[in-house]
Amino acid sequence: MSVATSAGTVRPRSRALRGGLRFVRAIARNPKALAGSLLMLVFCFLAAFPGLIARDNPNAPAYLPLLGPSARHLIGTNEIGEDLWAQLIYGTRYSLLIAFAVGGLSTVVSVIVGVSAAYLGGIVDDVLSFITDVLLVIPTFPLIIVLVAYTQNAGFWVLTAVLVVTGWSYGARQLRVQALSLRHRDFLEAARVRGERSIYIIVVEILPTMTSLIVASFLGSALYAVLAAAGVQFVGLGDPNTISWGTMLNSAQQGNALGSGLWAWAIMPGVALALLGAAFALLNYAFDEISNPALRPVRKVSASAVRRSGTLAGGAGRDPRDVPALAELAGGARFAGVRAPGLLGPPERAPDG
Amino acid sequence: MFLATLWACITLNFFIPRIMPGGPVLGLMERFRKDNVSPATLHALEVALGINTHESLIAAYVQYVGACLTLHFGVSYMAFPESVDQVVMSGLPYTLGLIGVTTVLSFVLGTVIGILGAWRRGGWLDSVLPPVFVIATAFPYFFVGMLALMLFSFTLHWLPFEGAYSQSPAWTWSSIWDILQHALLPGLTIIITSIGGWILTMRNTMITVLAEDYVRMARAKGLSPRRIMYDYAARNAILPNLTGFAMTLGFVVSGAILVEWLFNYPGVGYLLIQAIDAQDYPLMQALFLLITVAVLVAVLFADFATAWLDPRTRATQA
Amino acid sequence: MVDAILQVRELSVAYQTDEGEVVAVDRVDLELARGEFLAIVGESGCGKSTLLFAIAQLLSPPAGLKGGSVVFKGRDMVRLSDSELRALRWSEVSVVMQSAMNALNPVKSVAAQMMDVCRAHTSMSKAEIRSRSEEVLRLVSIDPVHLDSYPHQLSGGMRQRAMIAMAMLFTPDLVIMDEPTSALDVVAQRSLMMQIKELQRRFGFAALFVTHDMSLVSHFSDRLMVMYAGQLVELGETRELFERPLHPYSRGLLEAFPSIRGAKEHLLGIPGAPPDLARPPAGCRFAPRCPSVMTPCTTTAPELLEVNGSLVRCLMYEDAGLSETVRSS
Repeated sequence: MSVATSAGTVRPRSRALRGGLRFVRAIARNPKALAGSLLMLVFCFLAAFPGLIARDNPNAPAYLPLLGPSARHLIGTNEIGEDLWAQLIYGTRYSLLIAFAVGGLSTVVSVIVGVSAAYLGGIVDDVLSFITDVLLVIPTFPLIIVLVAYTQNAGFWVLTAVLVVTGWSYGARQLRVQALSLRHRDFLEAARVRGERSIYIIVVEILPTMTSLIVASFLGSALYAVLAAAGVQFVGLGDPNTISWGTMLNSAQQGNALGSGLWAWAIMPGVALALLGAAFALLNYAFDEISNPALRPVRKVSASAVRRSGTLAGGAGRDPRDVPALAELAGGARFAGVRAPGLLGPPERAPDG
Repeated sequence: MFLATLWACITLNFFIPRIMPGGPVLGLMERFRKDNVSPATLHALEVALGINTHESLIAAYVQYVGACLTLHFGVSYMAFPESVDQVVMSGLPYTLGLIGVTTVLSFVLGTVIGILGAWRRGGWLDSVLPPVFVIATAFPYFFVGMLALMLFSFTLHWLPFEGAYSQSPAWTWSSIWDILQHALLPGLTIIITSIGGWILTMRNTMITVLAEDYVRMARAKGLSPRRIMYDYAARNAILPNLTGFAMTLGFVVSGAILVEWLFNYPGVGYLLIQAIDAQDYPLMQALFLLITVAVLVAVLFADFATAWLDPRTRATQA
Repeated sequence: MVDAILQVRELSVAYQTDEGEVVAVDRVDLELARGEFLAIVGESGCGKSTLLFAIAQLLSPPAGLKGGSVVFKGRDMVRLSDSELRALRWSEVSVVMQSAMNALNPVKSVAAQMMDVCRAHTSMSKAEIRSRSEEVLRLVSIDPVHLDSYPHQLSGGMRQRAMIAMAMLFTPDLVIMDEPTSALDVVAQRSLMMQIKELQRRFGFAALFVTHDMSLVSHFSDRLMVMYAGQLVELGETRELFERPLHPYSRGLLEAFPSIRGAKEHLLGIPGAPPDLARPPAGCRFAPRCPSVMTPCTTTAPELLEVNGSLVRCLMYEDAGLSETVRSS
């Protein structure tokens, strides 16, 4: 007998296109994501074209030292007469570079270690997990400064290397947990049965499913790198020749900026760090909310009002357990899952939406 | 796990100076020799630093481990002729006081606020605080510290801006008050920066737990909202966070180093940075080991607490 | 109905989603007499569990009541205040959920979970609570020594029975059960059903029982309600419905059962899938899959009609003359 399709079934569209559009829409709708993205764009712009915003050469001790903020020197000058505003703007480069370098490298290491440990299992897993856990427990900042102390050099790449070594473990653990939970899912079994090689399975099937975690891991590492690098420079262990917010803070501390009333010198680099950190944190938090709807904001309504009226004005968070039911209700052309035999007879697969 | 990490740290401490190019430790030894240190002390230092060139690597390693475990760290270069132990002990109480109190406060307050915030979804606790604290946690510790300094010390002149005391410490009320005053700003800085993390993780776990069937069942049983919140939701939500507590203790400790340095607060963190500046490797190693061991102990404690609170883990161990 | 303990009228539940409102339960009416066992069947996603939680006032966001009333013993539960509702709970209406592993608090012992509900509603002493807890456990054939166990220490069947025991603590007048047997194997299912029926015989409570397995309730329920796509499509006495199903969907469900003793027959399924409730179709919701569909079915939504003592939602039973049938069953 013929089957008439019910009105209102979702027309098949390419999965990637739908995913991309949904992603952009999700960002636009989430205020945190918007704020974070905007901030990040501003910083990237500053790092790429610092000359457009800051007139002076940050390395030129061309002015009178220890000037307070003025129209000419927006933040003032430091103890050898360099313009601080220029240093602040040019310093963006350092923080962004180290953020992306460490973020990228450490995410790569995390993914390799975490997914391999989960997928290969056995003794490989034991060894990798052990190393991960040890590194995880050791407090990072002391380890960083100790390592830097031993190398007696805190140039960009040395610092990057130290930060990557100390930073990959967190992401690796999270990725391993998620990869483990995916290991026995049906679509992977299907791939195995089809005869695909392990590498293929890992790269094509597992990794895309873990995208949200990988992105979160990247953002987290970037944030960590920015703050840790600044911390190292702040305590005077960094390379004093670089122009960066951390070194600015250090010279402010050494020059007793706070005590002598030169507040801008001391506070502005901190503000910049805080803003960049906030950008990463907002993006991270927003990403969390976008991928886990249960965490989205909920408008406050009293319990009895909820019982009576069905209408919760705007932005109601989803009860995560209802999502599968919703998916079936709203999914249209999906096979209605039946557990006990006998209800619908031999299952008839409806065309996939 | 505890032992394994401990062993890993000791080993790290032993091997890193040897791996690093430029033999920094040998440089230090040279300086000691030039300063006419007694041969016995030199030898003790060699053991402590594990650089005894006369012996094989394995033997040196074993000696080093032994020295660590018996807390013989040698003599501090920077505070010469004080031994490392003495230097460490001078800074330890301040750090313990500062970090001990603030971490616990931060955890307790943060957890409670997180629980309440998740319980009243949509209330002001839930919509205002989390975003505020998300941003606050991204602030570097020293930024908050500087702001606090600027405000409370230099503008309002309410609190001292550095050090741990203005008068020699003694068991007198005025001395204790003096110490407290000095500890207030650093402590506040740590609390403000770290509490956000607790609030957020607790809130997120609570939200997940509140969607569980047993919470719905508790509602069906007609239990009072307060009892549901504590007995059913919070008790389950806190379990994964206890281990998290120990993990993030590492971060708090890291931040505390910066705070101590900012405020010239003579605790363990401050000493560590001074040691690094002065290239005082014996002191450095000892401090690093101390910090790590402290965190490890906290992790162990959190593991026990989780096992004690969660009957499921108790059963498997039985 | 005389002596109805529960009267549900026009009950509707809607979910607020990003894509708008989805009505999961659409104007359901039902009545339950004292001591009656009513089974609610339907496939996954038809709204039966949502209906149950709506009746028990246990919905949580994003689900909310859209309208209707739930009159229990003369009082409309929808309009009660939170504290009035709480007083009713468990003492007069109790709930048994699907998976005891998820429905029991994992960090509290069974005794503690019984104690807190007793404390909340009565002023029984600790000893009294203890002995009552032991009593209800014995009712479901669980040795009271397990009272101090934690949920994860009991077997699946025991956990489920412990939940039922807990529901019996105050011998309520109405017990609402959401697929309590689904998590068990077939043998345990049967024995649990018999246990429930025995308890009902003894204590005389009314029962609302949701399941997707019709065969399970065929011997145990007094009346049977069939739901489809959020609507009530048939409601009648169990025997009657099994022998003479009125709605084409009910007929389809019953024809899906093989009979152990009968001749080998070709098993028929019901092709197609339920409609997307975010955009419900005009007309009958079952029309796309109905073997007896007629031309008006796709445009006219059928009302609930009474036919020989049963309720059915199908245009076939309207009086007015019908235009040509597209298919006959």
